[in-house]
Amino acid sequence: MMIRTFIPLAALLALAGSARAQERPAQAVIDAYLKSTFGKASAEWQARIKPDDSLAVCNTTRNNPSSAQSDEILKRESARVVYPADGKLLGNWKNGYQVANNGRGGQFSDPPGTVAGGNCFACHQLDPKEVSYGTLGPSLAAYGKDRKYDPETIKDAYTKIYNSMAVVPCSNMPRFGVNKVLDEQQIKDVMAYLFDPESPVNK
Amino acid sequence: MKLPIIGAAALAAVMIVAAGPLTAQSPPQDDSEKEIERYRQMLSDPFSNPGFLAVDRGEALWSTQRGARNVSLEACDLGEGPGKLEGAFAKLPRYFADADKVMDTEQRLLWCMQKIQDLDTADVVKRRFSGPGVASDMEDLVAFIANKSSEMTIQPQLSHPKEKEMAAVGEALFYTRGGVNDFSCATCHAEEGKRIRLQGLPNLSVKGRTAQETMGSWPTYRVSQSALRTMQHRLWDCYRQQRWPVPEYGSEALTALTVFLQKQAEGGEIKVPSIKR
Repeated sequence: MMIRTFIPLAALLALAGSARAQERPAQAVIDAYLKSTFGKASAEWQARIKPDDSLAVCNTTRNNPSSAQSDEILKRESARVVYPADGKLLGNWKNGYQVANNGRGGQFSDPPGTVAGGNCFACHQLDPKEVSYGTLGPSLAAYGKDRKYDPETIKDAYTKIYNSMAVVPCSNMPRFGVNKVLDEQQIKDVMAYLFDPESPVNK
Repeated sequence: MKLPIIGAAALAAVMIVAAGPLTAQSPPQDDSEKEIERYRQMLSDPFSNPGFLAVDRGEALWSTQRGARNVSLEACDLGEGPGKLEGAFAKLPRYFADADKVMDTEQRLLWCMQKIQDLDTADVVKRRFSGPGVASDMEDLVAFIANKSSEMTIQPQLSHPKEKEMAAVGEALFYTRGGVNDFSCATCHAEEGKRIRLQGLPNLSVKGRTAQETMGSWPTYRVSQSALRTMQHRLWDCYRQQRWPVPEYGSEALTALTVFLQKQAEGGEIKVPSIKR
């Protein structure tokens, strides 16, 4: 008992830190398991579970990157955002609803050529009249209206949808543009669903 | 265990009645959650659970002579000794010295089919998930074996170094993101009280009641699929929705995840087959 009180706090923290680091097996060990389970998939599918530099940090830190790692992710991911050449960020809100409501695409059960949706309702409240919405993400009801349709906010939202990690390092949200889940027009349409004053989101 | 089965029509009627309030206009959240719970309780009545048909089929299969050696599976050692089924499922996955591997129930059954019966398991694996007009030996056998641990507690086996490795790798895999949407298990199962659309999501990142109730209720009869499903199917379907590649049936990463989840669920009561949406 006496001895324990003399161990400096910093040493205890270091011990706890090393113990926790040991919990995660070597990447080579983890990769061997992944190969056993997913190794028969095509090269294209295998590439999808090979983390890029940002995601690799999210995996080893359980989405809690250090401040330095966060800066690196923000810098790297911001450089990957491609804004529309025509400068227009808002498309058609009715088409945007279709994208937000579509949960297909990217699953091994989807037939080739399936048009992927954003599946926004799976995680977010959008149209307040829709009762079937998820809660993994924040409510986006009245999103544009509450932000007075501010142009800077509109640009930030485009950035977030195109590449969530350019805004929040290790965000849980998919990187829809970077990972080519949605094309530019689909993102513009979802943007209109959020920011068009006529959209049910803002009614 | 043989139980009478209420007709599918009666079950469907229960579902429609119970599902009704879900589609009513803007019900207060508490009411709809209460209705979902009421619906679940109706579904948990074993006398209306078709999962027990799978248990009966599995019992028959267990003693059926098959394979090149024309013997039954009754000499199969699921960890508690040859042919000893009581409590075996509660301790699976576990390390088996004869195979020098940690195996879950499905992997061990396939091993026994090959080593004891000399059965070509290609057809068994092809029918790993039942469908319309296609029975699954694996689903039926697991239902039968798991039912022999019903009302026992989940006892994760973590003493052998390979079991420890499985638990650690399973935990790492739980947090490993990938696929076009960057999803991991933790994306949906690491926070309390979250939903996808209206579907509640168990938080499996912490030990305790939620993990116990989740793991203690598989295998289960899935009403929406009209099939008895095991954890192999649950994880296959999770990876499908995670936008990952097709996972190989009875493979190492799935067993590692199962070991980790059993660890989270330690001490939970097994009540199987259960019945779910």
